[in-house]
Amino acid sequence: MKSLEELKAIREKMQGQLGLREEENAKTRVLVGMATCGIAAGARPVLTEISDEVQKDHVKDVMVSQTGCIGLCQYEPIVEIYEPGKPKITYVHMDKDKAKRVVKEHLEGGKPIVEFMLHTVRDAENSAKNK
Amino acid sequence: MYRSHVLVCGGTGCTSSGSLKVIDSLKTELKKNDLEDEVQVVETGCHGLCALGPIMMVYPEGTLYTRVKDSDVPEIVTEHLLKGRPVKRLVYDETVTDTGVRSLNDTNFYKKQHRIALRNCGVINPENIEEYIGTGGYEALGKVLTEMTPDDVIKVLLDSGLRGRGGAGFPTGRKWMFAKGNAADQKYVCCNADEGDPGAFMDRSVLEGDPHVVLEGMAIAGYTIGSSQGYIYVRAEYPIAVKRLQIAIDQAHKYGLLGKNIFGTGFDFDIELRLGAGAFVCGEETALMHSIEGERGEPRPRPPFPAVKGLFGKPTILNNVETWANVPQIIMKGAEWFASMGTEKSKGTKVFALGGKINNTGLVEIPMGTTLREIIFDIGGGIPNGKKFKAAQTGGPSGGCISTENLDVPIDYDNLIKIGSMMGSGGLIVMDEDNCMVDIAKFFLEFTVDESCGKCAPCRIGTKRMLEYLTKITEGKATMDDLDKLEELCYAIKENSLCALGQTAPNPVLSTMRYFHDEYVAHIVDKKCPAGVCKALIGYHIDKDKCRGCTMCARNCPVSAISGTVKQPHEIDAQKCIKCGTCMDVCKFGAVYKE
Repeated sequence: MKSLEELKAIREKMQGQLGLREEENAKTRVLVGMATCGIAAGARPVLTEISDEVQKDHVKDVMVSQTGCIGLCQYEPIVEIYEPGKPKITYVHMDKDKAKRVVKEHLEGGKPIVEFMLHTVRDAENSAKNK
Repeated sequence: MYRSHVLVCGGTGCTSSGSLKVIDSLKTELKKNDLEDEVQVVETGCHGLCALGPIMMVYPEGTLYTRVKDSDVPEIVTEHLLKGRPVKRLVYDETVTDTGVRSLNDTNFYKKQHRIALRNCGVINPENIEEYIGTGGYEALGKVLTEMTPDDVIKVLLDSGLRGRGGAGFPTGRKWMFAKGNAADQKYVCCNADEGDPGAFMDRSVLEGDPHVVLEGMAIAGYTIGSSQGYIYVRAEYPIAVKRLQIAIDQAHKYGLLGKNIFGTGFDFDIELRLGAGAFVCGEETALMHSIEGERGEPRPRPPFPAVKGLFGKPTILNNVETWANVPQIIMKGAEWFASMGTEKSKGTKVFALGGKINNTGLVEIPMGTTLREIIFDIGGGIPNGKKFKAAQTGGPSGGCISTENLDVPIDYDNLIKIGSMMGSGGLIVMDEDNCMVDIAKFFLEFTVDESCGKCAPCRIGTKRMLEYLTKITEGKATMDDLDKLEELCYAIKENSLCALGQTAPNPVLSTMRYFHDEYVAHIVDKKCPAGVCKALIGYHIDKDKCRGCTMCARNCPVSAISGTVKQPHEIDAQKCIKCGTCMDVCKFGAVYKE
């Protein structure tokens, strides 16, 4: 270690990964449907993609996890996003590329992507527009 | 990158309950389910809940599984890690609520804790330096080397109010200041990891769970006092700690955080391990230094203090593991932050190892000033089997007992001394109504007699004589005159012994005499042991009215001391009886009693 910058670089690299082990109550939860239907429709790469991107970009206070079948098997892979104080947003027919966009535009940019949604929530649209 | 981290405790407690098998099984199952690139398995240090080990934490959900067996692993992998359905039957009871899973920080065991020294224990992989750096590790060293003068560091420590966590509570900043003030061509920084109190495992857990924090603290001290060499004196009986320390030292070298020209500032510092063979006296600073030098581990009179003439005759500072673990965070977060916790004269937190008759055996870190009642009943979960609390022993063989009347005294260095005990390194053994206090005092005396190095007469001969008195009392052969002589002997040993081992050896006796005088009198005058522990003073009897003559006791007695015919009350021959208590355990009618 020849400089503080090197230390800082390692720290930043690790911080995103260790952020996974933080326990905060009021954070955004991203749930990927990983029941049999979800897995069959290709939910696993979606889950890993979201998780990787969130860690890579050090997105704060976001927890990426799995959930079971919500009964809309024909729409799988499904990703649900719960933000504190906001209505739930459900993205359907997800794939790796869409997942990446959700991380960049929704989780980081604060703008939900209307075209991926199962149903549009007017409030969400409005809040997106207002920003 | 992994989407989920599974942390399995690899501390000594969980290892002995089988956590390594769980890790093996976990790796196999993950591979079978093609999850090894998605789920990371991390072997961590101690979480504190040793009673419920092996412990497994699953992130990002923060699910805590307890008492995990390797046979449970396939279910955890396919249900939880693949499909996201936590295995409820294994989840820590207290975190399960009607609405789902509650955060660990809201449980009774963790709620009142404040983890500073233990902050990384159970959270990071102790064998991976990058995880330590990821939590802010080595930043304090960087800050000290690039922004602070040695005097700045000392000032921060003095202002923080940090006192030695080894037991005596000497202000750390002052110790460093003395060592810095003494000019010499070479100085040394030592870490006392010779934790020897029966029932204490705080330092062990820090070394196993977060070894780098000790290295960082020592390097900061090296810069402050002007030393380029550190030694960690660790017990050879701590194999996991020794292994992880060595890995940590090697990694720190590889990353240039130990060795020459650290951070390009021209500061050199190196650390070596020295293994102790387990002598209790080697936890005493002068004996420890003799042992590092390769001499026999015996103390010498002070002054000169180590800050003047220590290891190899050079100025030396010696701090305990837990003290070192506090240093980097005080540097980063400031003296005010640290001083905001605790009581007027004892700042910060203290780690305690809870043991004995308590539900949550394990490791806890609480702010100074917390009461014993909170530690035992709130965090520790109280006494098992509905028994009554009798006393808590702190400070090991050097400390004393805290009885019911002092349950609400805020715990800090000075208060504990006032009530006749001491902080010690942090072992806390809880005793219930079934413990005989004379027997407890005798237990600790047996330990000190064994461990006395023999250099000075008061300790070598005095403790032996004390033990003889105590044995006499437990056998019902003592007189009240003996009790007076025992007390007198205690004070003589306290005043005349060379080192702390002898000076504190009478403490367990004095404090039990102070708070449980009636138990001593019962042994001496009534020839009775109220708790029913001292074998010479109890006898087993059969209640003729309750006995149904089932012959169960007679058949199980190992020395055939019970006679009687079927369906007739039985009798115990006191001459033959070895007081093993088997008859009492096997009797289904509660007819056997001891008196």
